[in-house]
Amino acid sequence: MGVLLLLLTGTSLGADKPLHVGMTPAFLHDQHALLAVWRDYLQHRLKRPVEFVPRDRYRETMDLLQQRKLDFAWVCDYPYVAMGKEVKLLAVPVSQGKPIYRSYLIVPAKDTHTRSIADLKGAVFAYADPLSNTGYLVPRFAIKQAGYDLGTFFRRTFFTWSHRKAIEAVASGLAQGAAVDSYVWDSLSKVNPEIAAKTRVVKQSEPFGFPPFVANRSVSQADFDAMRAALLDMSKNPAGQALLAKLNLDGFIAGSPDLYKSVADMAALVGQP
Amino acid sequence: MFFNLSLRYKLPLWGGLLIVITALTLSLSFMGQAYDDLKQDVLRSSEDLGLTMSRALFPLVLHDDVWPAFEMVSLPFQDGARANAMHAESLIVLDPNRRIYVSSHPERYPVLSDLTALGREFAYVDKELGALQAGETRVLEPPDSSRLFIAVPIISDGVTLGTLLAVHDTSTFWFRFLRLAGRALWITLIVLGVLLPINWYWGQSMTQPLSLLARHMETIHHQLPEALEPGIHECGDELGQLYKAFAEMVAQLKEKALLEKQMIQSERMAAVGRLTAGIAHEINNPLGGMFNAISTLKRHVSLDSVAQMTVSHLDRGLQQIRETVAALLVEAKLKNRDLTPQDFDDVRLLVTPEAHKKRIGLAWSISTGEPVPLPSTLVRQILINLLLNAIQAASDGGHVSLQAAMDGNNLLLRVENDGRTLTSEQMGTLFEPFSRFSEQGNGLGLWITYQIVQQLKGEIKAGADAGLTHFLVLLPLPGLKDENV
Repeated sequence: MGVLLLLLTGTSLGADKPLHVGMTPAFLHDQHALLAVWRDYLQHRLKRPVEFVPRDRYRETMDLLQQRKLDFAWVCDYPYVAMGKEVKLLAVPVSQGKPIYRSYLIVPAKDTHTRSIADLKGAVFAYADPLSNTGYLVPRFAIKQAGYDLGTFFRRTFFTWSHRKAIEAVASGLAQGAAVDSYVWDSLSKVNPEIAAKTRVVKQSEPFGFPPFVANRSVSQADFDAMRAALLDMSKNPAGQALLAKLNLDGFIAGSPDLYKSVADMAALVGQP
Repeated sequence: MFFNLSLRYKLPLWGGLLIVITALTLSLSFMGQAYDDLKQDVLRSSEDLGLTMSRALFPLVLHDDVWPAFEMVSLPFQDGARANAMHAESLIVLDPNRRIYVSSHPERYPVLSDLTALGREFAYVDKELGALQAGETRVLEPPDSSRLFIAVPIISDGVTLGTLLAVHDTSTFWFRFLRLAGRALWITLIVLGVLLPINWYWGQSMTQPLSLLARHMETIHHQLPEALEPGIHECGDELGQLYKAFAEMVAQLKEKALLEKQMIQSERMAAVGRLTAGIAHEINNPLGGMFNAISTLKRHVSLDSVAQMTVSHLDRGLQQIRETVAALLVEAKLKNRDLTPQDFDDVRLLVTPEAHKKRIGLAWSISTGEPVPLPSTLVRQILINLLLNAIQAASDGGHVSLQAAMDGNNLLLRVENDGRTLTSEQMGTLFEPFSRFSEQGNGLGLWITYQIVQQLKGEIKAGADAGLTHFLVLLPLPGLKDENV
């Protein structure tokens, strides 16, 4: 039956193998309706099935890539750097005209005295993910830079496994501070302004390369090119533009690994082995 | 004040008071029960949910997953959660040192804070939890507090990782309870709205006959109470018996009053009789002497014409005095023949000329037949007196009738006329001497008649009905009368 259908559509068996795209909390990945539209868009462009594989933890997505169960993934820049040669840079999203983002240090809106991360000594702090650049590497780097002991600086820390939930943890008062992805915070303040309004951005970090789309090393050059073209073309047609608007992005560029050099340096200093 | 009120108000008011007290007592006991049930329900469901949640919390606490634990305990308080199924104010997860591991409201109950730092109530809870057996679920109610705590251990396989504390504000019970109580109040009001008017109506209809009776009884001091109209209360209950007794009492009082009146009358008549008899004797004695003197004067002294005329005047005057006195002193002449029907015819013959003068029709109905053993002269005198009186009283062209009949051992005579009826005042002094009701006659006719009837041991009564005045005479036959006595 399946074979019959395939014959009728006149496409080859290889071309019909679905492409698996890993989705992570690098963006607001729980907007399920938006994801469904985006997937349909890509299927239409690529003329083959596309499956989104959402995971909350970067580690899981990285494992799936290593096990070659994913062809592509939208990950944070730290996992990209950490995976080294196992993945290739596919495309870099452009936000507010630049392929960069920052880490926001946020505190509850009621907290009006905190000026820097040093003021949060002894606080309860929410990290996004141990493999997140803006949500883990950046604050820890800042603490170390300031000369504190990472093991005792905060009274308690916990992982929320997503930037959005880290914002919620601060908004609810569970945590007295968190470091989050500027793109997620900006997007959330458009999609769900009441939650973002309960937090205050204390400090913005230096810019980093935007969380990239990566391709598994095992992906064929043809699929690589097709996917890259599909993403880069999004800003050139109305359907793509509508999607980009909802994603709070301007578009995609091919990008260069050099964008992520600062992340690699920082990881070498405070990151996990 | 209240105790002097009429039963018409007192009875319904008492009844109403009892109804209100009953309704309130029932409502209050129902509401008390409802409050307890409500509280137990809330506590039980909270405890059940707490037990389920504590099981799910165990692995999260074990792996130190603060965020998922927070998501779990704050789930019942999200906007979409249907009216907060646990009815709790907050959920708090405590670590084994009784510090806050995570809470549904971190702003109120911040992570890592000590229970003792959260106020008196929490200090109490901290102390109680310290004394708690491992694995025990407890409801803690701090004294003088509107809060209530349910402590459920987070335990698995005998290992306790902390405590789930559900904080309840009893004012939420109150809120739900007040809604219930409001409904109960409405039902009570509706029941009262139905029962009170029924009670009022019942009380009124119960006491209305009583107060009517009371009003009638009140008049008993000044006058005879009027008989109650029949049909007011004909039941056989106490009230009905009271009505019956009252009616009997009124009847007896009336009879007694009538008897008294008759007695007074006859006593007065007897007194008048004694008085007149005494006066008559006192007059008769000197009168006899005066007649003797006049007779002597006429026989033995020659008188001139003036003196003769004077003596003659004296004689006629004394004659008139004697006649009057004789009339007052009615004495039965017992040697007499019996009354025959012929006597009635004689009497008719005697009164007919008088009747003709006023064009009055005489109706005559005699059914005695055989001679009656009563002195004929006296009975004729009674008949003539009564008939002449009747003719005089009747209007011109009117009617007068006589009926005579035997009633057992009595002779009954009834004389009627259609003239003006007598007033009750006139009735009272009818048979007294010189009580003039007409311009003619000497006013002794009825007195004489009364005296005769008394001597014959009979009765005489006057009365009026249907525009006719009647005199009724009852004369017992002497021989038989003696036998009866």
